[in-house]
Amino acid sequence: MNLTTGDVLPLNSEEDMLLVRRAVKELMVEHQFSLIQQTKMVTAASELSRNNVIYGGGGVAIFELLQDSGNTGLRITFVDQGPGIADIDQALSDGFTTGKGLGLGLGGAKRLVQQFEIQSEPGGGVRVSISMWK
Amino acid sequence: MERIPILQVGEFLIVSIQVDLHDRLALRLQDELTSQVVKTRAKGVLIDISSLEIVDSFIGRLLNNIASMTRIIGAGTVVVGMRPLVAITIVELGLSLINVKTALNVDQGMALLRIMVNSTIEEGSDEPDNR
Repeated sequence: MNLTTGDVLPLNSEEDMLLVRRAVKELMVEHQFSLIQQTKMVTAASELSRNNVIYGGGGVAIFELLQDSGNTGLRITFVDQGPGIADIDQALSDGFTTGKGLGLGLGGAKRLVQQFEIQSEPGGGVRVSISMWK
Repeated sequence: MERIPILQVGEFLIVSIQVDLHDRLALRLQDELTSQVVKTRAKGVLIDISSLEIVDSFIGRLLNNIASMTRIIGAGTVVVGMRPLVAITIVELGLSLINVKTALNVDQGMALLRIMVNSTIEEGSDEPDNR
């Protein structure tokens, strides 16, 4: 799989979650991110892919390579059209879950990456971006 | 159907996860391991995760579940081979493998399992709990 910036992968099943994970890994190897950055980013992507599929009813992952004064970054944005999150602060706190999970996904993913943005409105889906810079 | 092989070696069951784990496959492993422990009356379970490039909250929960379930039915579980980068990542993720005993590699994991089994026999207890 040769991803370029702006590429979009679907997220509708567990198999899609695996493909997104592999895509993150491959892209980061290709752009020579460190092993720890790869591990953290793939783990964060795994958490957010699962949220997207399980809670958001599926959606997409958008890959973007970023350039800023000679530095390279990878941003992945997870978008779903699900019920959205009523209270984002609560959703980010460890141990909070409306499902059967551990409630570590969002807060954990945030801790693993360098930049984290989340937007959501009840009924309007969720959009989460994570970025890692070399 | 994908399946992760469970090997019986004496009184222990050994699993080496060599594939990219998706959630369904992981749950299946949990179910099969638990029923194999009952069926074979194994005293210990060793899970090698040295091939896993990541452990996320789902897999972490699953390892905790396997350890708890096998303990209830009288067997110990040791997870071996966790990569250092994976260990760093799960700590930052906030995941605690609270029920899970870990060892560096298969050799040390087997040694730990033997100690756990022996201490159960000596103490006459169902639960070798050294915490």
